[in-house]
Amino acid sequence: MNDSARFEQLSIESASIAAPPPSAWARVRRNLSVRIGTCVLGVLVLIALLAPWLGTVDPSLFDPASRDLLPGQRGEITTLDGETIEHRFWMGSDSFGRDIHSRVIYGTRVSLIVGVATAAVALAFGVVLGLVAGTLRRLDGPLMRVMDGVMAIPAILIAIALVAMWRGSLPTVVVAIAIPEIPRVTRLVRSLVLSIREEPYVEAAISLGTPTALIMWRHILPNCIAPLVVQGTFICASGILTEAILSFLGVGLPPDIPTWGNVMAEGRAQFTQYPHNIFFPGIFLAVTVLAVNILGDGLRDTLDPKMARRV
Amino acid sequence: MTIPPERPAVASPQGAPPAARQSQPRGGPPGGRRSADMNGDGSILEVRGLTIALPAGGDRRSAVHEVSFEVGRGEIVCLVGESGSGKSVIAQAVMGLLPRLLPVTGGRIVLQGEDITHAGAVRLRQLRATRMSMIFQEPMTALNPVMTCGDQIDEVLQQHTPLSAPQRRQKVLDIVREVLLPEPERMVASYPHQLSGGQRQRIMIAMALVLDPVLLIADEPTTALDVTTQAQILHLILQLQRRHGTGVLFITHDFGVVAEIAHRVAVLRLGELVELGPKAEVLQRPQHAYTQMLMASVPTLRVDARPLDAQAPVVLRVRGLDKTYDDRRWFGQRRTVRAVKDVNLEIRRGQTLGIVGESGSGKSTVARCIVRLIDPSGGAVELNGDDIAHLPARRLRPLRRRVQIVFQDPYRSLNPRRTVAEALVEGPVNYGLARASALQRARALLEMVRMDASAMERYPHQFSGGQRQRICIARALMMEPELLVADEAVSALDVSVQAQVLSLFGEIRRRLDLAMLFITHDLRVASQVCDTLAVMSRGEVVESGPAHQVFGNPQHGYTRALFAAAPGRDFAFASTPGRDVTSGAAPS
Repeated sequence: MNDSARFEQLSIESASIAAPPPSAWARVRRNLSVRIGTCVLGVLVLIALLAPWLGTVDPSLFDPASRDLLPGQRGEITTLDGETIEHRFWMGSDSFGRDIHSRVIYGTRVSLIVGVATAAVALAFGVVLGLVAGTLRRLDGPLMRVMDGVMAIPAILIAIALVAMWRGSLPTVVVAIAIPEIPRVTRLVRSLVLSIREEPYVEAAISLGTPTALIMWRHILPNCIAPLVVQGTFICASGILTEAILSFLGVGLPPDIPTWGNVMAEGRAQFTQYPHNIFFPGIFLAVTVLAVNILGDGLRDTLDPKMARRV
Repeated sequence: MTIPPERPAVASPQGAPPAARQSQPRGGPPGGRRSADMNGDGSILEVRGLTIALPAGGDRRSAVHEVSFEVGRGEIVCLVGESGSGKSVIAQAVMGLLPRLLPVTGGRIVLQGEDITHAGAVRLRQLRATRMSMIFQEPMTALNPVMTCGDQIDEVLQQHTPLSAPQRRQKVLDIVREVLLPEPERMVASYPHQLSGGQRQRIMIAMALVLDPVLLIADEPTTALDVTTQAQILHLILQLQRRHGTGVLFITHDFGVVAEIAHRVAVLRLGELVELGPKAEVLQRPQHAYTQMLMASVPTLRVDARPLDAQAPVVLRVRGLDKTYDDRRWFGQRRTVRAVKDVNLEIRRGQTLGIVGESGSGKSTVARCIVRLIDPSGGAVELNGDDIAHLPARRLRPLRRRVQIVFQDPYRSLNPRRTVAEALVEGPVNYGLARASALQRARALLEMVRMDASAMERYPHQFSGGQRQRICIARALMMEPELLVADEAVSALDVSVQAQVLSLFGEIRRRLDLAMLFITHDLRVASQVCDTLAVMSRGEVVESGPAHQVFGNPQHGYTRALFAAAPGRDFAFASTPGRDVTSGAAPS
C-alpha cells in the first residue's frame, strides 16, 4: 500500500461511516406532539367532510315545537319542503328549535376553512412583503414602519372595523382576520431573509452569477419554509379563535351561517338554564385550537434547528 | 489497557517529567491495578478505563472507550485528537459536567485519591474551583455578561471561603495582577464585553486559579484567540502552572500548541486512546500509525524557495484598494471605519498569493472586495486588465465567472436543500451552458476533487466537512475561473483532512495553471501553499514578497512578532519520508 492510500484510509474522514442525521421529515413523524395534533385534526376534518352522514339535518332548519330541548331528547323538525320529521337532538336545541348537533358539526367546516384560509392569506402577503423588505433596503424602513403601525392596533379592533366596512361573508371575514397577522409574518420572513442572505451558500450563488430573483426563489425561500409552517399553524389557531369571537360579538358571519361563535352567541342569553348551548361548541373550539397548537409546537421542536439541538 | 511500568515522576524542577511509554493501549484490562493509594505521590488525576456511552443511533457505541491516563502534580498533559475524538467529553466527565445523554458506564476518575466518578452534585460543587477548575474555548460565553469581572471572581471566593469582603477584594486584585492584566482596579470593575478576547481569557484563568486548585482543565483555551494573544496566554498558563505546581489537562487540536507546552501527550481517535507518552516521543517518534499520519499532516513552517515564473501574465492586480464602512445614524455621531487601506497586490497565472494576518486585519474584506461580494470604496481591482472594482451589477455579471471563491465553513457553504448536482451546475447554467454538458463537466470535476460520481444526487448533510469542502472547490472550478480565492478554506478542517484539501489545492493550481489567492490566519498553512505572501495588520499590507523571503527574513516588526508567536515554530514533527503535503499526498 503506498503512503497516500494509507493516509486516506487512516484519516477520520474516510474511516468513519457517514451516518446521515435523520431527515427533518423522519423527525417530524416521530414527534409525539405532531402525532397527537395530526390525529385530532384528522378526526375534525373527517367530521367536517362527513357532516351530512353524522345524524345531522340541515343546520338552518328549525321547529318552534322543539325549542330548548336538552341533549339526547327526541323532538320534531320541519324540513324545507314543509314535512315534519322525527329527530333526536344529541346536543339539544336552541331557543328557535334548531338542532345544535347539526350546527356544531357543520360549524366545523366553517372553522377549519377560516383557520386554513387565514393562515394562507397571511403567509402569502407576509412572505412577499418580508422578501421585499429583506432584499430592497430602500423599501425596508418605510414598509416595516407601516407594519409596526398595523401591529400597534389591537387585532380584534381591525377585524371588527373591516368586517363592518365590507359586510360579513366568508371571504371578508378571512381577509379581516388575516390582515392583523400579516405584520408578524412579514417580520419573521424579513429576519430570516436578513440572516440567510449572509450565509456563504448565498454569497457563493452571487459569485456564480445567479440573478437576485432566482437567489430569492432558489436559496432563500426554501430555507424559510420550516419556520413559516410553524408560524402558519399558530395563525390558523388564532384565526379560528378570532372568527369565533367575531361571530360571538355579532360582527362576524351572519347568524344563519352555522359557526361555533354564532351558536355560542345565541346560547349566551340562556346560559344559566341551558348551558349545553355554549358547552358543545366551546368544547369543539377548544379541542380544535389545542390540536392546532400542539401540532405547531411539535413542528417547531422538530423543524427549528435551534430547538432540535436541545432535544 | 497496559499500565505504564513506571508512573510519571513528580514534576522535576526542570520541567518535563520523565514518563513511561504506552504504545499499544487498546484491548488491555481496564484500569484497576493501581488504585486510589496514589494520593501524595504526585499523581493528582487518575483516569482508569473510562468508558462513556453514546446515545443509541450515534456513529459509534461509546463516546470514550476505556481511556486511561494520569496527570501528575505540576505536569501538563495534552489530550489531542481530531473533532469527534471525545477529548472534550473526557474533560466534562472529570468536572462532572456530562450531559445526561452521555453516562459514564465504566472506569474510574480519581482526583487526589478520591473517586469522583459518581460523586454527587454537592460534593462536585465543593471540589470545583477548590481542587479542580476549568477554562473554556470562548471566554465571552463562559463569562456572565451582566456581572463585572471582579464580581465573578468574587463569587467563587464567596462560595468557597469564609473571607470578609475586604479580604476577598484584596485577593481578587492579587489574582488579577497575577494574570498580568493592566490596571487591575479598572479590570475588576469592567464587564466582559469591555475587554478584549485575550483579557477575557485572563479573567477566566484568574477565576479558575483564585483558589489554587491542584488540577486545571483547559478545553481549547486559545483556539478562539489570535496567534499573538495565544502565545501570551500559553506563556501565562505555563508561568502560573510552574509557580503553583498545578497539574494541567490541556485539550487541543493544534499540534503547534502541543509542541509548545506539553509534558506528555495523549492521542485520541474515535474515543480510544491510541498513544500516550512524553511529548518528544509522541510528536517526533510516534509508534501508532494514526499518530504517524497526524504528525505527517501537520504542515511545517519551512518554506522552500519555489521557482516563480516572472514572465507569467498577471491575472489579478489590486491597486490602492480601500474599504470604508460608514455608520450613518439619524441621531448621534457618524462613525467611519477604514477596514482596508491602500492595499496593492498582484497575482500571476499559476501562482498563489497568501494573505496572512490576525482577525480584524482586513484580509477577508480584501477577498470579498476582489470577488465583489462587497463594493470597494476606492482603488482598482483588475482581472486580466478589466477593472471590476466599481462596475455596476449588470456589467459585472459577465465578469463574475472569472473569479470564484471557496469559503471557510463547509457546513454553511452549500444550500442544505439542494443536491450536489444542482449546486455544481447552477453557475454554468447561469451563463448559458446546456444542463447536460454542465452535468458532464460536474462529473469530471468531482473526479478531479476525488469524490465519487454517486455524490451528485446526494444532499450536503450526507458528507463530512472535508468532502463538502471538495464539493465547494468543484463548484468554484465549474466556472473555469482565472482566479480562485480561498478564504480560510481549510481553517475549519481537522489536521489530516486539512492536509488532503491543501494537497488538492496545490494539485488544482498545477493542473489548471490557476492563479490563487489564499487567505489564512494559519502561518503553517500559508507556508505550505503560498508562493508570495502579503502580511496584513489593521487594514494595511505591512510586508509582502516571495514566501521564502518573508518567512526567512521578515522585515517588518509586526511580521516578526507574528512569526515569533506561531506555536511550536521550532519543533520538528515526525514526518513520513518522501511525503510533501502540497505535492504528493493524493494519488493522481
